[in-house]
Amino acid sequence: MKQTTDFGELATRSGEWMRGTGPESDIVVSSRIRLARNLADFPFIRRCSDEDRISIERTVRAKMEKLEGWKEVHYFDLEQLTEIDRQFLVERQLVSREIADADGARGVAVSPTEQFSVMVNEEDHLRIQVMHSGLDLKSVWTQINSLDDQLESSILYAFHSTFGYLTSCPTNVGTGLRVSVMLHLPALVITRQIEKVFRSMQRINVTVRGLYGEGSQYSGDFYQVSNQTTLGRSETELVELVGDNVVPRIIEYERKARQYLLDEGKQDLHDDVSRSLGILSTAKKISSEETMHYLSKVRLGLNLGLIDDLAVGTINKLFMQTQPAHLQKLQGRLLRSSERNVERATYLQRHLSDAFGD
Amino acid sequence: MKCQYCEKPATFHITEITEPSGSQVMHLCEEHARGFLQKEEANPVASIASALAKQLDLGQTKKELEELDRKACPVCGISFFEFRNTGRLGCPFDYSHFASDLTPLMTNIHDAVEHCGKRPRRSAAADKQAQMIQLRREMEEAVEREDYEKASELRDELRRMEQMDEGADAS
Repeated sequence: MKQTTDFGELATRSGEWMRGTGPESDIVVSSRIRLARNLADFPFIRRCSDEDRISIERTVRAKMEKLEGWKEVHYFDLEQLTEIDRQFLVERQLVSREIADADGARGVAVSPTEQFSVMVNEEDHLRIQVMHSGLDLKSVWTQINSLDDQLESSILYAFHSTFGYLTSCPTNVGTGLRVSVMLHLPALVITRQIEKVFRSMQRINVTVRGLYGEGSQYSGDFYQVSNQTTLGRSETELVELVGDNVVPRIIEYERKARQYLLDEGKQDLHDDVSRSLGILSTAKKISSEETMHYLSKVRLGLNLGLIDDLAVGTINKLFMQTQPAHLQKLQGRLLRSSERNVERATYLQRHLSDAFGD
Repeated sequence: MKCQYCEKPATFHITEITEPSGSQVMHLCEEHARGFLQKEEANPVASIASALAKQLDLGQTKKELEELDRKACPVCGISFFEFRNTGRLGCPFDYSHFASDLTPLMTNIHDAVEHCGKRPRRSAAADKQAQMIQLRREMEEAVEREDYEKASELRDELRRMEQMDEGADAS
């Protein structure tokens, strides 16, 4: 395992899950599973002394260093990183906002392709996560299951014969497993059916949460679907509930809505998409919310064949790299909000004109 | 006041602050509040758990509840009251110590009380792990009252137990 604080390399490329490939990737951005695990011989995080946290972090790090095949895994000591660097990891979805903002000894191990990360001292001692591009939950489960086996071979987990894997919050107990599928649903938003679709989901133990742009007038039209319960169903059942039962239904609704938009108002949609691309490639300053809003339209246009010469992976990459910490890492200096808006516009202009080859 | 969704009296008043349009106050009967709180993961998990934990009150007399609140884990020292208010447990042993009190909560959250799924290949000797957690707590308390001699004794004992674990790993 490599201890590192160097983000230069990470900043210029994007993680495997951002490629924009994989099954149903016109609608499904990514498939993620996380497992919550705790060490058997320490109190849960809230009850830990500073010394306990240090011991946990050291113990886990030392065990991970000895694991086979972990030579190329990066380890970030979050306590040592600057706020911008921690924010950068949040934007890449490698760590949670909670662990980024917390205090005390904590860290994260990240695989070179960014497909997996293991947070140490989050709400639970270990939060293992695996993320793939597109709808790919079965192989995500296979990967995280063997990662969990590997960690378990050297770390004794807190486990109860009735309640399963023990977690600090009883909402995660049992499997400790949370499946999250990120969906891009612009057509359901435009046709105002999104609320209705989600209301119909609530009876089947899944939760839906809007991502990005919350609380602002712009939305990126991204939604995350997760299992609500973790106890009483096996890991495979939970994966199937979300991946085979719920998500395909939402995909079908979104496809129908997209077809409806093409049938009933192709010109309006084409106009909207083209204007969005126009704003993104010519604006001189632009906020991150506005960027998400227009990138979402462009992503839709691209998937419907209204624009070509651009790859979905490029759009995914722009979503990430126009976020505040990424812009600042790419520039190599701190930028105020107004400076970021100018920098973001410049960045978009450069990358979109590159993509068009002029 | 009546529940927003039915004719029953509203006994839960929930302010939802994650709505894009700003905060929204909900007036709900018990049944609808339960449904609302369960489906809403946008709130920090803590608030759900504490809300659900508060539902334990229903059907319990005040005296019973006061007694339950005072009940504390002998290993980590957390009281049920503290758990109810934070939604977070103190150590793995709490699941055994508070098992009968947690069961209704599990039903509420998961609609289930028993794990089915993966099991670790190695199992911990629960007594020994609990003892180690207790030693860590006693050590911290000794440091706090500046009894460094005691703290160092406890640390040595912990190290011995940890090394026994390492030895077991290697074999």
